[in-house]
Amino acid sequence: MYKLRLIPDNTNYPFMKGRVIGLAVSAFLSVISVVLFFYPGLNYGIDFKGGIVIEARMQQPADFPALRNLIGNLDLGHAALQQFGSPNDVLIRLERQGNEDAAAQRAADKVRATLQQSYPGTEIRRVEAVGASVSEGLFRDGMLAMGLAMVAMLIYIWFRFEWQFGVGAIATLVLDVTKTIGFYVVTDIQFNLVAIAAVLTIMGFSVNDKVVVYDRVRENLRKYKTLPLRELIDKSINETLNRTVNTSITVFLSTLPLALFGGEAVSEFAIVLLFGIVLATSSSIFIAAPILLFLGENRLRRGQPSEQPEAKAAAQRP
Amino acid sequence: MMYFAPWKIALIALACLASVIFSIPSFFPAATVATWPNWLPKRQVNLGLDLRGGAHLLLEVDTSVVLRERLEALVEGARNELRQARIGYTNLSVSGTNSVAVRLRDASQTEQARQLLIKLALPVQSASGLGFGTGPVDMEISSTADGQLRMTLSEAALQERARNAVTQSIEIVRRRIDQTGVSEPTIQRQGADRILVQLPGIDDPERIKRLLGTTAKLTFRMVDVGADPNAPAPPGSEILEGDGAQGRSDRYVVKRKVEVAGDNLVDAQAGYDQRGGMPVVNFRFDTVGGKRFAEITQQAVGQPFAIVLDNKVLSAPTIREPILGGSGQISGNFTTASANDLAVLLRAGALPAPLKVVEERTVGPDLGEDSIRAGLISIAVAAVLVVIYMVLAYGLFGLFANVALIVNLVMTLAAMSLLQATLTLPGIAGLLLTLGMSVDANVLINERIREETKLGKSPMAAMSAGFSRAFSTIVDANVTTLIKMALLYALGSGAVKGFAVTISIGILTSMFTATVLVRLMMVTWLRQRRPTLLPV
Repeated sequence: MYKLRLIPDNTNYPFMKGRVIGLAVSAFLSVISVVLFFYPGLNYGIDFKGGIVIEARMQQPADFPALRNLIGNLDLGHAALQQFGSPNDVLIRLERQGNEDAAAQRAADKVRATLQQSYPGTEIRRVEAVGASVSEGLFRDGMLAMGLAMVAMLIYIWFRFEWQFGVGAIATLVLDVTKTIGFYVVTDIQFNLVAIAAVLTIMGFSVNDKVVVYDRVRENLRKYKTLPLRELIDKSINETLNRTVNTSITVFLSTLPLALFGGEAVSEFAIVLLFGIVLATSSSIFIAAPILLFLGENRLRRGQPSEQPEAKAAAQRP
Repeated sequence: MMYFAPWKIALIALACLASVIFSIPSFFPAATVATWPNWLPKRQVNLGLDLRGGAHLLLEVDTSVVLRERLEALVEGARNELRQARIGYTNLSVSGTNSVAVRLRDASQTEQARQLLIKLALPVQSASGLGFGTGPVDMEISSTADGQLRMTLSEAALQERARNAVTQSIEIVRRRIDQTGVSEPTIQRQGADRILVQLPGIDDPERIKRLLGTTAKLTFRMVDVGADPNAPAPPGSEILEGDGAQGRSDRYVVKRKVEVAGDNLVDAQAGYDQRGGMPVVNFRFDTVGGKRFAEITQQAVGQPFAIVLDNKVLSAPTIREPILGGSGQISGNFTTASANDLAVLLRAGALPAPLKVVEERTVGPDLGEDSIRAGLISIAVAAVLVVIYMVLAYGLFGLFANVALIVNLVMTLAAMSLLQATLTLPGIAGLLLTLGMSVDANVLINERIREETKLGKSPMAAMSAGFSRAFSTIVDANVTTLIKMALLYALGSGAVKGFAVTISIGILTSMFTATVLVRLMMVTWLRQRRPTLLPV
């Protein structure tokens, strides 16, 4: 029976040769992402910024200039109108209405009433109105979730592996998360509660991938006692390459339909995940492993000049 | 590791069968399931508001109003006490955020005044409910030598009062929503002063918001007939607007003293006026209220009294004859619907403080259906893509993984139905991700078996090694994901929680399907075929 092998068996790509370039490119992209985070900044959704989103389906194709005029006259600040799906569907976004929580609600009611009055038969399909202090609370919790997830991962990997692995995984995670944030800025996809879920999921992919590669590195450290660390890491990556690629492909394939058919909110989520899958896969190979090489050289490996007793113990652990 | 006792096999088969049975109701419309005989499982997956349509409202109790009311009551009480004792005073008013100040004309009466005013203190209702007599009270009085008295409410008492107001509000909100007939509402406290209300399936959130946004404090008070509504109100009275009804004078001077309040109502029903056929609200008092109402209507025949709802005069009829039966009628500027709503409000009781909506997320039922359809299409396409890829990549072992994948999907659905977990739109995304992530375990196992086979191990040994070596990696990968989903569940809100729940359940069930079930399939196949080389 024919088997699809995207990666031939017994590959021996010298990944560690490209470690400096890999790390440099990754660091560069992450720095750019951080810059983008401050300027122009994330497109925060109403979850985190407060404001109003109304999705309406008109009975006839929407007349945007007239609608803009109608809603502009309500004196509710900047209103963004956008068509999506069919020509009858309109998405209206209003910015945060001052610092008073109930103001968002009043503004939403006003728009809803105006629409139904001027265009009888309009179906209001979705209304989201988030008050200022509510959004601040959601933002705080979202950031807390991301921070805690990072710490939890560090602790978990620290327990499971030697500290070099923990540092390598977390450093990679930071690089991955910053790039994901950068992706949000570049694509102008709304950063909201669902985005937190996306970032956490990508962190999940990333750590999973790292765990698989690191597991193999550790196994090989016990198996090949004299192989230099650099070759050993290369060997480990090559041995797990098929798994890395196949897992990424299956997750990619399962997420792809969501990006294509999922509808406005979910497809953006899926697009970010697709980006994250590629990111996490590449960072396992080009980032996490080189960091381990830098940190672990002379420490994780036996028979090298500046051997340290604890590291030796770690490497010999059954 | 590679041997399965018959009872284990039976258990595994039973688990798969049970999950199929328990997932079945979710594939049928609720109306169909309701007609099934009782011995069949009937629990369906609980759809979130974003999929079935409905409203999610976060309400905030304006507890500052409770404080203000208490302060105003203190001013009112002090006025009465001092007047009755004929103690002269000036500048009686609320001062600062939590106290009431008054200056006595004669500083020598300070102690006498203090004795009177301390009676206005209320016991703090402690958690044990024993606040009687000697318990702590909610205010203290300080005085200066020149006759200045200050009544200050204590911080603890204020907090207690605010907390009670929120608890009471939740009860009233629940009663009001029950009255409207919304099925399966969720009403819960969130944080110190917020109430989360989730109403599945409603397509007119406006009415609910109107009902919840009305305090519905109903009072019956006498109209101050002598006073001019266009001049400043005399002490003890206030000027109130009418609700614009009947085109009459729209300002009333109404005594502050409440004769009977809405608390004394036992029933209220919308109806029609017998003469004009206009919508009205008929009400009935409890014994105390009825007696009190009879008294005032006996005393004040020929005088107008005001029916006041949330500081608006609904109507100010003149008392023609004493009303002794304990029931009455409110006529006002009603439509049939607004009379009905007022009846609902009066039956449910008044809110102790106004509520405001600080977050609203409403999804119409049509959009929900569209989302479900989009989700189902995505799941179907994703399943087909992954199934094809796994067969291409791993042949027969890929097929085993695919069976596990489908069982996992069914099992997740069954578990969610049994646990009554909520499936949301992000939850569907979670379902898809578990689809991809659960085969990861099989990818790991298959790759490992492949490697072991290449090392020259026998099929059985290779398989055994593949499972045991891959297992710790699988556990690692899943535990890290579970940690993150737990955090997301704890700190996320609404639909995003659904994502965390779905992935967590999917991961847990995949630990069973991807390892135990697949192992059983592989071992059974191995024993029957006894191949010399594994097809990986």
